[in-house]
Amino acid sequence: MKKTTTQAKKDSSQIDEEKRDFLFVTTAGLAIAGGAVTAVSLVNTMNPAKDVLALSTTEVDLSPVEEGQSLTVMWRGKPIFIRHRSQEEIDSASNVSIENLKHKATDDSRVENPKWLVVVGVCTHLGCVPLGQKIGDSKGEFGGWFCPCHGSHYDTSGRIRKGPAPLNLEVPPYKFVSDDIIKIG
Amino acid sequence: MSKDTEKKGITSWIDERLPVFTFINHNLRDYPTPKNLNYFWNFGSLAGVTLVIMIITGILLAMQYTADTDLAFDSVERIMRDVNNGWLLRYIHMNGASMFFIIVYIHIFRGLYYGSYKYPREILWMLGVVILLLMMATAFMGYVLPWGQMSFWGATVITNLFSAFPVVGDYIVTFLWGGFSVDNPTLTRFFVLHYLLPFAIVGVVALHLVALHQFGSNNPTGIDVKSDGDTIPFHPYYTVKDYFGLGVYLIIFAALVFFAPNFLGHPDNYIPANPLQTPAHIVPEWYFLPFYAILRAVPDKLMGVLLMFAAVAVLFLLPWLDKHRVRSAQFRPYYKQFYWLFFIDCMILGWVGAMPAEGIYVTISRAASIYYFAFFLIIMPILSRYEKIGELPSSISSAVLSDKFDKGTENYAK
Repeated sequence: MKKTTTQAKKDSSQIDEEKRDFLFVTTAGLAIAGGAVTAVSLVNTMNPAKDVLALSTTEVDLSPVEEGQSLTVMWRGKPIFIRHRSQEEIDSASNVSIENLKHKATDDSRVENPKWLVVVGVCTHLGCVPLGQKIGDSKGEFGGWFCPCHGSHYDTSGRIRKGPAPLNLEVPPYKFVSDDIIKIG
Repeated sequence: MSKDTEKKGITSWIDERLPVFTFINHNLRDYPTPKNLNYFWNFGSLAGVTLVIMIITGILLAMQYTADTDLAFDSVERIMRDVNNGWLLRYIHMNGASMFFIIVYIHIFRGLYYGSYKYPREILWMLGVVILLLMMATAFMGYVLPWGQMSFWGATVITNLFSAFPVVGDYIVTFLWGGFSVDNPTLTRFFVLHYLLPFAIVGVVALHLVALHQFGSNNPTGIDVKSDGDTIPFHPYYTVKDYFGLGVYLIIFAALVFFAPNFLGHPDNYIPANPLQTPAHIVPEWYFLPFYAILRAVPDKLMGVLLMFAAVAVLFLLPWLDKHRVRSAQFRPYYKQFYWLFFIDCMILGWVGAMPAEGIYVTISRAASIYYFAFFLIIMPILSRYEKIGELPSSISSAVLSDKFDKGTENYAK
């Protein structure tokens, strides 16, 4: 090996350094670019597939839900809480002073039609499903929902009022396609 | 070696406690390698890269696949249609299996030609045969997973091979199936083993490399390294050569994946498995065809199965069947000719393996099977004893450099 290294040293004066750098940079550059494109394509297989995305809208018929009742439907694998609010509940939600809220939002901004509250039933603390949909469930101190995991209380507008959760229950994108039917997603 | 002392900072701090950098330096940088390696020596690293490609794509596929007889076929179709780039993932994995076997077969024929299995590399060679066996098992079980017609009937035929053994045969087959036919228990265990075995292969590959680096690579002359002048450092000489070879290989691989992804597959495997109907013409994947031909060449069930297994097992004995002191076929005029005949013989076996087992094909497959075993069991021992060879070059350097040697090979060729 000694022989070859001395040989290489002797020839090094004749090496075109610029050409070598060019070759090195283009080779490494193309390899990195190719590797990156391949890696992105492969990792992308783990993103939601077409059949998963195809399930991203759900239509719900609201006509059987009487005032004061609630309905839970699935949307993208998550529960959606739909509550047919009484006038009393609407009033208690809209009469709250915004200043006192942890995550400030008017009740108005959270509904399409004040009678119907539609929220994602996932606690914004750590992802549990709050109680309050079924008869007999604890609805928390503010008459909305109560998360049993870490004690977050939500009001009749799904806003966080007490407990560790930082944000209000998320309002999913939805619209009324007719008086009685909403399309979520 | 002098570089070891120059290391500074974090690198040397880590290296002192965990000598990874010394290890890399020793095995991938300074590692003295014969200076006359030709492109056939690229195939080891290519096989390694292919194994990595198979494991990465395999893990990603396993995230989408469902091992259940009712769901498996549809889950594969979902990968093809719905999963982002799922078609790419599956086609790489599917054709990767074929590429892996092409690479490994060339790697084996290289070893056979240049006598890489001889002293002191017997265990290196035998570990390679273990890898081949693990690959065959893995590939077979992987082919079952899509649960198409070929999957199902291939699994049925191959597992039934074990029923050939007297007395215990039926029990073995029932055990392999986990039932009384190829069914859900078979599919789930095949999936688990198909996921597990590649990691076993990684382990054996590591041993293969340890055994390789004990004595270093063989070389086209088959002459031992005698001085530093016979070697060059692995980096940059062979890193660059392997890298270039990898580029060419990936172009061919990509061409297959993008332009002819189903060229090597069988259309019947896009029909969901039906336990009530066997396809009219059932053939294994191309890489099993030579062995399949040997199986069918024998009119007796048990003998056919034994000979097929023996066709691989005989490779284990190679270092003791060929005891000729010269490694490379370059200097063995007779062995060289029998070698090429053997190469052609394997091609013929592959060809008749794909043909229906009738008429002239049976005769050809018998003749070819006889030569297959005769090459190992008769020709090799006889040649080791009687084949005369001329003068060998005194070293790798002199073989590469001297004119005298060039004239020498011409004489041998004549």
